[in-house]
Amino acid sequence: MQVQEEKITIYRARRILTMNASNPIAEYVAVHGGRFLGAGSLEELSGWGEFQLDERFADKVLAPGFVEGHSHTMEGALWRYVYCGFFDRVDPDGNAWPGLKTVQDVLARLAARDRELKDDQSPVSGWAFDPIHYGDERLSRADFDTVSRVRPVGVLHASGHLMNVNTKALETAGLLRPGINHSGVPVGDDGLPTGELRGPDAMMLVNSHVGFDRALLAGDEHGLRQFARLCVRTGTTTATDLANPLPPETVGTMLRVTGEKDFPTRIVSLKRFAAMKPAEVIDDVLELREQSSNQLRLGMVKVVLDGSMQGFTARLRQPGYFNGAPNGLWYVSPEQLQELYELALLHDVQVHIHNNGDEATDLALDMMELALRKHPHPDHRFTLQHTQLADAAQYRRMRKLGFCANVFANHHYFWGDHHLTKTVGPERAMRMNGCRTALREGVPLAIHSDAPVTPLGPLFTAWCAANRWTKSGKTIGADERISVAEAFYAITLGASYTLKMDGEIGSIEIGKRADMAVLKDDPFEGRPEDLKDVGIWGVVQGGRVFAAEAI
Amino acid sequence: MNGAVRNTPSAMPVTVVGGYLGAGKTTLVNHLLRQANGLRLAVLVNDFGDLPIDAELIESQDGNVINISGGCVCCSFGSDLITALMDLRNLEPRPDHLLIEASGVALPGAIAESVSLIQDFSLDSIVVLADAETVYRRSRQRYFADTINRQLSCADLIVLNKCDLPGRNDLSETQAWLRNDFPDAACLRTQRAELPLRLLTDKDASGIVAETRVNARTSPFSDHPGYVTSVLEFPKGRDPNAIAEVLAHEDSGLIRAKGYIEAADGEVYTVQTVGRRSEVRRSHAGVGSVGQVVLIAPEWQVVPAKLADVLGGRVHLD
Repeated sequence: MQVQEEKITIYRARRILTMNASNPIAEYVAVHGGRFLGAGSLEELSGWGEFQLDERFADKVLAPGFVEGHSHTMEGALWRYVYCGFFDRVDPDGNAWPGLKTVQDVLARLAARDRELKDDQSPVSGWAFDPIHYGDERLSRADFDTVSRVRPVGVLHASGHLMNVNTKALETAGLLRPGINHSGVPVGDDGLPTGELRGPDAMMLVNSHVGFDRALLAGDEHGLRQFARLCVRTGTTTATDLANPLPPETVGTMLRVTGEKDFPTRIVSLKRFAAMKPAEVIDDVLELREQSSNQLRLGMVKVVLDGSMQGFTARLRQPGYFNGAPNGLWYVSPEQLQELYELALLHDVQVHIHNNGDEATDLALDMMELALRKHPHPDHRFTLQHTQLADAAQYRRMRKLGFCANVFANHHYFWGDHHLTKTVGPERAMRMNGCRTALREGVPLAIHSDAPVTPLGPLFTAWCAANRWTKSGKTIGADERISVAEAFYAITLGASYTLKMDGEIGSIEIGKRADMAVLKDDPFEGRPEDLKDVGIWGVVQGGRVFAAEAI
Repeated sequence: MNGAVRNTPSAMPVTVVGGYLGAGKTTLVNHLLRQANGLRLAVLVNDFGDLPIDAELIESQDGNVINISGGCVCCSFGSDLITALMDLRNLEPRPDHLLIEASGVALPGAIAESVSLIQDFSLDSIVVLADAETVYRRSRQRYFADTINRQLSCADLIVLNKCDLPGRNDLSETQAWLRNDFPDAACLRTQRAELPLRLLTDKDASGIVAETRVNARTSPFSDHPGYVTSVLEFPKGRDPNAIAEVLAHEDSGLIRAKGYIEAADGEVYTVQTVGRRSEVRRSHAGVGSVGQVVLIAPEWQVVPAKLADVLGGRVHLD
């Protein structure tokens, strides 16, 4: 070795799960300069020269730092607001917020925030509300007036596409009037909006009045740091920020914050293709790529083809939605998608494609086949994100065309009961998020949370993929379950591969970034059903140690 | 949809221009800007990617705002139409009319709904362009068939564009299909999207409703032969709603109508129709030409006499 300013550290662990197939299990790992010198026995590693032995992980299990291949840093910013979710969730400070099992609980938690506020004008804002779990009754502004009549109250739904507000919020936004004719703004018997707002346009008018400032949601400094703290708590060392408009000021902030010496997460931020020409977005990301740093990776494109299943905006092939709802919405045309693909292939820019419904998957595949004829590429790794309804034939085409699949594997837990009875019905619910099919057909697989839509937590997502339980305890599609080892691969090397970073992260291996999840239990020792309960002590990221307790 | 949207006097009238990619939306917007002639048109476009405004019309550009000679302005709204509309309310001087160019995959009806959420705007009409050569085929094609049908079904005016391109039979078949499948729209033919601005707005540069200048029985548009305007006169005491219903009926052959009727209750009502869309509202004092309704129709429609007959009005002659 060359002259070393910083000593080699060798960690001893109870067990090290390297995910390096040629050296899978070790007891010691050597780190220097933010990278691994290797894993092995103390004797083997001591050959690198002078070192300090660090015993703090002697009773811990070390694994490669988890890679979240589909999340949004916005989750960090949302914790400013009142958590109104049905499921227990841990905030960036490590407080566990119990899930709210009745509407009354939701209103009570919002009312508690109302009492904490000192002035009369500040809004009460909540998020992660999911009335699906409270039966069919629709909530109205009268319900939220019980929280406050004097200040605006707004509660964002878990999907991010709906909001409930109180009377004051409607009034402030100029919406408390008769004659509104908008499918996203239902009107009550009195001719006035009920306070439920569906879709971005309907929500946009009240957003600023109920505290959902757009700049905040895009991920400000504080939000970005909060997000990183969540990453530490979940063992995540690299996380994507999958659809950011990335204007220069945002890039500047992100570069500065992620570059701070104690920022614990590598962020991969993709530029969202929306309201621009394909050539523009490619020019933009080629420029952004040059600005990449170790902790902030730029230069990839995200494109959204359709909406979501539970919002009935995903594009389905026949026979369509189980409950007969009309087909969903397209957000790009075939022509635009093909042009984007062609330019991206030509300029070696990676594209990640949001597709939920199987018709959207077909479009993604068809246009790629055309684009690849024009601009063949030996290793593009374009990644189909969510790709929830893909069938086996579509997975076979993915393999042929060189796609990766990043599957929304925890969807069954949160919405599976709903999928069975309303959105896609039993048979397609069984094949949904078909991790087993992807692996059988040879498609590189990652799994994700889409945080903040569901909580950041690669181990929990892996548990979902290995068990396929719904929140009510049903198993949907047992034949699509994957093993703990396969799920573990998907949240480490699998996700790294979809980002073209598998040579750099994803395994504990000589030369790679020294990123590790520090676990209290061995995930491979327990049963698949225990995977989500594996304790997480914290992470090592780029050779720096971050304990969840102290973050 | 009839009568659902009610104008307030201060509301800025809005035309939503939709249609699939390549149908001619940008060409239409440029053609309309050329005719502005002092009328302050504001244009909202999805993006500035391929410059939406012809270079010779541009005075200056500042970020997402393009200033156009003659007081018109063009802004890009990206994916946030609502914020763009709210910003537009503060623009000085205030535009007389707003055109929103929808993206090729958007549903213009959804954009019109969003316009209805903001008090200071009121929908005038939805214009959907269709490429005469390709629209039928596309309406049956994989992936976008239902989107194209949904775009057309929300139109007040369907503009069958590029009519110089397809063979004769195609054109009449296409038009018959449009009439049959989308009966709520009036259907027009154009080449190069050459639509008169008068079909989309009642105002001229001085803000005066155009009818006061009309004094012939039927006068062809000087700049757009193929369209005629005429005036119907009504005595006091007629039911404005009944008149609106006839004017908005498919059989009227009209593209647009606007005028003022003094009803039996002594109040003056504004009657306005675009295609099958109609609205009747109480008028403010001092409007001109009470008892007259200005009609705009394609010249081949024998409109005035027929309508006069049905409505019991008379064709204005002076």
